Amino acid sequence: MRDDLQLDGQGRLRHLLTIEGLPRQTLLDILNTAESFISVGEREIKKVPLLRGKTVVNLFFESSTRTRTTFEIAGKRLSADVINLAVAQSSTTKGETVLDTIDNLEAMHTDLFVVRHAQSGAAHLIARHVPPHVHIINAGDGRHAHPTQAMLDVFTIRRHKPDFSRLQVAIVGDILHSRVARSLIHALNILGAGEIRVVGPRTLLPAQVETLGARVFYDPAQGLRDVDVVVMLRLQKERMEGALLPSEQEFFQRYGLTEERLALAKPDVLVMHPGPINRGVEIDSRVADGPRSVILEQVTNGIAVRMAIMSITLGNHARPAGETP
Amino acid sequence: MSQTTDIVDIDATIAYMADELRPFLPKNPLMIGIHTGGVWVAERLHKLLELTEPLGTLDISFYRDDFTRVGVNPTVKTSQLPVNIEDRHVILVDDVLQTGRTIRAGLNEIFDYGRPASVVLAVLLNRDGRELPIEAAIVGHHLRLKKNQHIKLFGPDPLKLEIQEAHT
Repeated sequence: MRDDLQLDGQGRLRHLLTIEGLPRQTLLDILNTAESFISVGEREIKKVPLLRGKTVVNLFFESSTRTRTTFEIAGKRLSADVINLAVAQSSTTKGETVLDTIDNLEAMHTDLFVVRHAQSGAAHLIARHVPPHVHIINAGDGRHAHPTQAMLDVFTIRRHKPDFSRLQVAIVGDILHSRVARSLIHALNILGAGEIRVVGPRTLLPAQVETLGARVFYDPAQGLRDVDVVVMLRLQKERMEGALLPSEQEFFQRYGLTEERLALAKPDVLVMHPGPINRGVEIDSRVADGPRSVILEQVTNGIAVRMAIMSITLGNHARPAGETP
Repeated sequence: MSQTTDIVDIDATIAYMADELRPFLPKNPLMIGIHTGGVWVAERLHKLLELTEPLGTLDISFYRDDFTRVGVNPTVKTSQLPVNIEDRHVILVDDVLQTGRTIRAGLNEIFDYGRPASVVLAVLLNRDGRELPIEAAIVGHHLRLKKNQHIKLFGPDPLKLEIQEAHT
């Protein structure tokens, strides 16, 4: 489904809420712009004046270290004023309270909200609520979407393996609870990846996952064979209700990424993980820290990708009709 | 409407600019071209002057003063200054000097890489329409154009100047 909330009348990205339905060119623009921001992070003064005078609020209703920190660094490297708000979440949080928080922060002339929330659809709700000059970036909503993570994942893959047409990617582990997996599958499909596989136990695969455009494997010995990229997912213990797994030890035995399993993939395979990693649960330390791992590179790339998304959305502000650029 | 202009012999103009730049060579200058046209001109000057250190390139998209009006340039290139510019003499090269805003942005970006000893500006074409107190030390060719005329360098090979006329 195309999400018109994200694009303005000229097809430009105003909010980034989900990857689903975005045009291929929009994704390419983000990746190409991020490539230019990489060099900013490598020089003496890691700052450009692009968002000088803009106010960015990182609004996190759910805990995060990596995503919040990289969004904060990204905003600061763009010269924006960045405010971090960790909003304590109670089980009774209702839509109204979220929108009240937004209204108050917007009254302080916030230009961009980076929102993480445990409920799917929270970022959409806020995007529908705010006036046209305010932008929303979804930093993870429930099990639904984590579009900036997906973009930094495909960015990292593209830097190593630029031809996506023959690319085989295996996403392994807790697909059911993973907003990262959903967004990544959409991004890879839009960019024309050769084959996307999801590998995991039946209990951790969502029903009809094939309809997203992925091949299902229950056995990692088959799912990992000859792949170019392995994306390991974190076992999301905090989102699990009921006994979906016998034990973490058994999960590691059946699905954990060990050197032996990794040997089934292509010799130049990339090992990725959105973090935080559970060593010895979904991935062996020797693999996480090994030569095929690009896990820390993903973190570094996350800054440039988030700089690109922040500057693109903030640049596409509502302009009075008829005004020429 | 656009027309190719043959009032400027580009190869001869760049050769003339190289001659004008020769007195700077004892300072062991670093050359930096501004994307995209400035890089094409700088590549030729770099070769003619037989500079040994690699050419730097600058994309000033992140330093423009019109971001709030036009947003991010989707074709932004990567700035690459392969040599440390601290205390170095810099020759900054662009294709057309008009308002001076590109050079203002370029200078700001250069200073985010370090503190050069000096910067001189060399441009292929100097036209009217200045909006900032910025002038080039080396000018290949001076040109007066009508207000609605826009001149653009096409390249990289061959280099070609085109005058475009905006109809109001």
